[in-house]
Amino acid sequence: MAKGVMTIAEQRDNDIRKITYEIVSEGRRLADKLGQEQVTVLLGANIKDKVGQIAQYGSDKVIVADDPRLEKYTPDAYVEVISQIVKQYEPQILLLGASAQGKDLSARLSARLNVGMAQDCTRFDIKDGNLVAIRPIYAGKAYATVTYSGESLPQMATARPNVMSMNEPDSGRQFEIIDAEFNLDDSILKTQMVDVIKDEKAKIDLTEADKIVSGGRGMKGPENFKILEELADLIGGTVGASRAAVDAGWRPHSDQVGQTGKVVSPNLYIACGISGAIQHLAGMGTSKIIVAINKDPDAPIFKKADYGVVDDLFKIVPVLTKEIKKMLES
Amino acid sequence: MNIIVFLKQVPDTETQIRITEDKSSIVKDDIKWIINPYDEFAIEEALRIKEKFGGEVTIVSAGPKRVVESIRTALAMGADKGILINDPALDDSDSLAYAKVLSQAVKDLSYDILFTGQRGIDDDNGIVGAAIAEFLGIPHLAVVTKVEISEDQKKVKVHRPVEGQTWVMEAPLPALITAQKGLNEPRYASLPGIMKAKKKPLEEKTLQDLGLDASEFGKDKRKLKVVELNPPPERKPGKIIDGETPEEKAEKLVKLLHEEAKVI
Repeated sequence: MAKGVMTIAEQRDNDIRKITYEIVSEGRRLADKLGQEQVTVLLGANIKDKVGQIAQYGSDKVIVADDPRLEKYTPDAYVEVISQIVKQYEPQILLLGASAQGKDLSARLSARLNVGMAQDCTRFDIKDGNLVAIRPIYAGKAYATVTYSGESLPQMATARPNVMSMNEPDSGRQFEIIDAEFNLDDSILKTQMVDVIKDEKAKIDLTEADKIVSGGRGMKGPENFKILEELADLIGGTVGASRAAVDAGWRPHSDQVGQTGKVVSPNLYIACGISGAIQHLAGMGTSKIIVAINKDPDAPIFKKADYGVVDDLFKIVPVLTKEIKKMLES
Repeated sequence: MNIIVFLKQVPDTETQIRITEDKSSIVKDDIKWIINPYDEFAIEEALRIKEKFGGEVTIVSAGPKRVVESIRTALAMGADKGILINDPALDDSDSLAYAKVLSQAVKDLSYDILFTGQRGIDDDNGIVGAAIAEFLGIPHLAVVTKVEISEDQKKVKVHRPVEGQTWVMEAPLPALITAQKGLNEPRYASLPGIMKAKKKPLEEKTLQDLGLDASEFGKDKRKLKVVELNPPPERKPGKIIDGETPEEKAEKLVKLLHEEAKVI
């Protein structure tokens, strides 16, 4: 009988990614509601020394698949190894992060396991012993509550980054380390990662950013984003953009927030010169605090904003940066 | 090279989503239907590869009769033929069911490379592409912004942006690729293209035509069950910061962000 919660850890260059701690924390809460244990699976090469820092967020067991062929992510190798482990342990719930890697892995893994999969969820609960998930659809214009058919086991889902609260790490937590048993035949490894190109400016991805300063059509040109960069640098944030600013060629596609860009949920979202087209509002509606700076008092963005400043952004943003600096220094 | 592109028809991004009274679905009257924006990048990339290497581009979709219009648009852009799986038994199926149908529809065709969008902007799942590849037993490369086919046409190399870096990944053909914004700028259909598209073959098939059992599909056979749909949670009304000067407004805002919202 299927039992327990299995969470899939994520590492890059042998560093454990923050999304791992978020899903292990959430996995702990779900396991407690079921009165069952949480098993976390970690894939990589020479990775065993990292198990403690994962388990302290709430794992009872950590299964380690340590193999040079698992050092870098490929869907072929990861799906094969994880599906073998899932079949051995038969968890009731299988939880991954909805990171770039996690979304890719979970999609193919759900097809391999032939189970239903709830992508990019913002909330989980247990009802009548089963996983119930809430996930935004239409980029957040609606929310779907989903669950699983009886034979669809494990109940599989991914969690949106930055949404699940992290447990206080317990460095004294007792847990068991298990070496994974798996067969990985070279003949199935068709996809290869041949190179990694690091972004020129080391910036936190919008999907994982704690604070975002975004600019729209009101920025008037690419050179003016400098004032947003300065504000973002000061508060440890990342610069985003509306579709209008991206389509005008002022910012790269990877900066776009909205229905055809990234869906984000930072703690603080500062929208500068963004009117708030429905596609944009959909992409940032789950931000915890929204600030809008726009000179048009009727701009729809003000309906979503917790704090609105009706004024010229070119007058407000520089003094805002100055005021924050003053506050941080005091 | 023979190329297959899987297309989905979705509500236009401008659509205000309304939910039916029984909360089971969105209200589908008055929706303007478009080709999923990510699928447009997929179509464009397929056409560019065809222009370089020769071959045929086949558009494959599943859905009701209205999807014919989207397939015709893709044919007007330059694709060669279309297949629509139109069967009411398929309505409200989940991603895996659609992936099974779409893979079944192409498994006996000759293909070197398959494309689709990285996700549908309606359900936001991003599952169908990878699942089709799984059911066909071929590699997939997801969320791609650059595609390079090797000279011998046996391999494909792609760029796949992830958080803070870009992965350069390679796979042997045939492979399935899902397109991300930034891959290309999709062309518009030309007037002669639109005229020609009317005469291009577009075949409609049922589940039975594909050798599938219709009773295995539909809402009741979903593995992922939709309990209900709801509008997004209301945000509490915000405050407009007043003040005589930008300095005064900025100062008040910083105070609120620090003391009330506690985010800086």
